[in-house]
Amino acid sequence: MQPAKGTLAWMYEKMVTSRRFENAIEKIYMEGKSPVFNMADGPIPGEMHLSDGQEPVAVGVCAHLEAGDVVTATHRPHHQAIAKGVDLKKMAAEIFGKATGLSGGRGGHMHIFDAEVNFACSGIIAQGMGPAAGAALSRQIQGKPGVAVSFIGEGAANQGAFHEALNLAAVWKLPMVVVVEDNAWGISVSKEASTAIKRNSDRAAAYGIPGHYIPGNDPRKIYEVAGEAIARARRGEGPTLIEVETYRLAGHFMGDAEGYRPDGEKDGLFAKDPIPVMRARLLAGGSFTDAELDALETGAQAAVDEAIRFARGSADPKPEDALTAVFA
Amino acid sequence: MENERKLTIARAMAEATAQEMRDDPSVFVMGEDIAELGGVFGNTRGLLEEFGKERVRDTPISETGFIGAAVGAAQDGMKPVVELMFVDFFGVCFDAIYNLMAKNTYFSGGNVNVPMVLMTSTGGGYSDAGQHSQCLYGSFAHLPGMKVVSPSNAYDAKGLMTAAIRDPNPVIYMYHKGLQGMGWLGTEAGAITHVPEESYEVEIGKAAIAREGRDVTIVSIAQGVHHGLKAADALAQQGISAEVVDLRSLVPLDRETVRASVAKTGRLIVVDEDYHSYGVSGEIIATVTESNMADLKAPPRRIAYPDVPIPFARVMEQHCLPNADKIAAAARDLCGAPVPA
Ligand SMILES: Cc1ncc(C[n+]2csc(CCOP(=O)(O)OP(=O)(O)O)c2C)c(N)n1
Repeated sequence: MQPAKGTLAWMYEKMVTSRRFENAIEKIYMEGKSPVFNMADGPIPGEMHLSDGQEPVAVGVCAHLEAGDVVTATHRPHHQAIAKGVDLKKMAAEIFGKATGLSGGRGGHMHIFDAEVNFACSGIIAQGMGPAAGAALSRQIQGKPGVAVSFIGEGAANQGAFHEALNLAAVWKLPMVVVVEDNAWGISVSKEASTAIKRNSDRAAAYGIPGHYIPGNDPRKIYEVAGEAIARARRGEGPTLIEVETYRLAGHFMGDAEGYRPDGEKDGLFAKDPIPVMRARLLAGGSFTDAELDALETGAQAAVDEAIRFARGSADPKPEDALTAVFA
Repeated sequence: MENERKLTIARAMAEATAQEMRDDPSVFVMGEDIAELGGVFGNTRGLLEEFGKERVRDTPISETGFIGAAVGAAQDGMKPVVELMFVDFFGVCFDAIYNLMAKNTYFSGGNVNVPMVLMTSTGGGYSDAGQHSQCLYGSFAHLPGMKVVSPSNAYDAKGLMTAAIRDPNPVIYMYHKGLQGMGWLGTEAGAITHVPEESYEVEIGKAAIAREGRDVTIVSIAQGVHHGLKAADALAQQGISAEVVDLRSLVPLDRETVRASVAKTGRLIVVDEDYHSYGVSGEIIATVTESNMADLKAPPRRIAYPDVPIPFARVMEQHCLPNADKIAAAARDLCGAPVPA
């Protein structure tokens, strides 16, 4: 199953939107944090985990999803949120802690919730897995269409929740797909040092479900494999585990000096930056012109600019709003 | 002046751990990002270089597994020092903590020791939202079988760590992020104190009088002690003399020091960055009212985190957190002084 031209255009545009969005966040995050880097200062305080380099995974998978399908994301959620169709302006405002944000500033960047498109997050490693299984179970019991996709990092595949939820999904044949973004690092600990098996997708065998490993951070291959898995889930044939080789171009969080990375590893990574790689491939494939791709990039930038303007221009929440929304 | 050197809490913790590792081959350290990175909050820096990978182990993100493993190793003659990076993550591994680590001594009728230290970061104030900013002191102190300590300064941090490692019981060592002396978390100057080079213990279960006073007792732990000290400074200028009690340890709890202070001042404010209800503040107030009702000149007060998850947005979080102004206002109120608008 190869993506149609319109899908490819969508994938490219969403990848660029995600990257430009994070570039903007990155710059603004540093405002007020220099010369002394204090996480509490500036327009965007707190931890910030960027997903530069991991965009192909989000678009390759979410190209198959609709608003009614469910996604549970991680502490590194922006690319997944953008690909799932989370409102960009409200997400930006949330990241700035504004009253107009998705949760009125209660959640922030690690807790993006958009009920309109069934998107949810957790900053606790692997804890999106249970809720994804639950959403899939609910669909199965109600006879409602739709699948649940849980995105996690390769480090998260060593958590109990990963194994327990996968087994549950497998025995009950839930319409669920688990996508592991293998960026080779869990903060400072390499996959090699933390995971006894080379490919988490091989762990699928332990649950009697299909497992696929996708090398190369290639959005088209991801699209193809995810498409089959999602179709299979929609047919009621149960879950699939997919691990994708991807790259974290930035530090674990902003402010991470990455002293643990082997020398030169990052130079190699930038040469593989998936966005210019995809652009070159689209052009080489002959079905896109420079002008078309430029237009997509301009459109993406405009959406990002508008979202950032909206966020910056929005009011802070009222301090005492902290005490509301604890209960329904 | 070599003997007047000052350290941050993070460095004091690492120094105590290194000294114990030198003296006792059964001490080892494990947790996420504690080796090469030296701990996200800097409290294991230098240990990998000195002791190597065998005794300073990065773990997978598998808290149920490695904290449970620490229990097993402790029962088998080792003294693990284990890190749970943020206390908020306890949910994924609490069984290993409160059903194994904390109860195995009891279940064995005292025949099995679990001499381990579980260190974990607490506290917010830097907009890291509801899964990375909690204190949860009460959750740990509530469940029997584990000691719970939390230093407010580097001197205590070193002495409490040494005592914790040597203790034959499991000790939860909670360090407040805002006191670690990591620049990126802001630095509480008062937490950086003189720390002797040589090894020493600060007794677990003994509170300290951080500042003496006559009119009102402010009881707290960790970051709350610094809020209390700042409030006491402000109050002094208005002629109110506040005594600040630094609990240092929640289990065991030094009830005597608290009672003696309130007997002297007649007024009590408890400052707790953990949630208001069912927690440390209620326990301290009960400690006093159970025995010294006659000493109280006014009803006790608590300045605690309201019973809501911790919001991301700065204005909302700051509204909820304890601070010196809130404490000083409560003290003025209790002491009958006019509260400035
Ligand atoms: C239960 C739990 N343990 C530890 C952490 C701290 N932590 C946050 S991100 C992270 C590394 C995650 O690695 P991975 O799953 O590979 O995702 P990546 O950061 O590479 O995207 C860790 C250890 C956490 N948030 N939750």
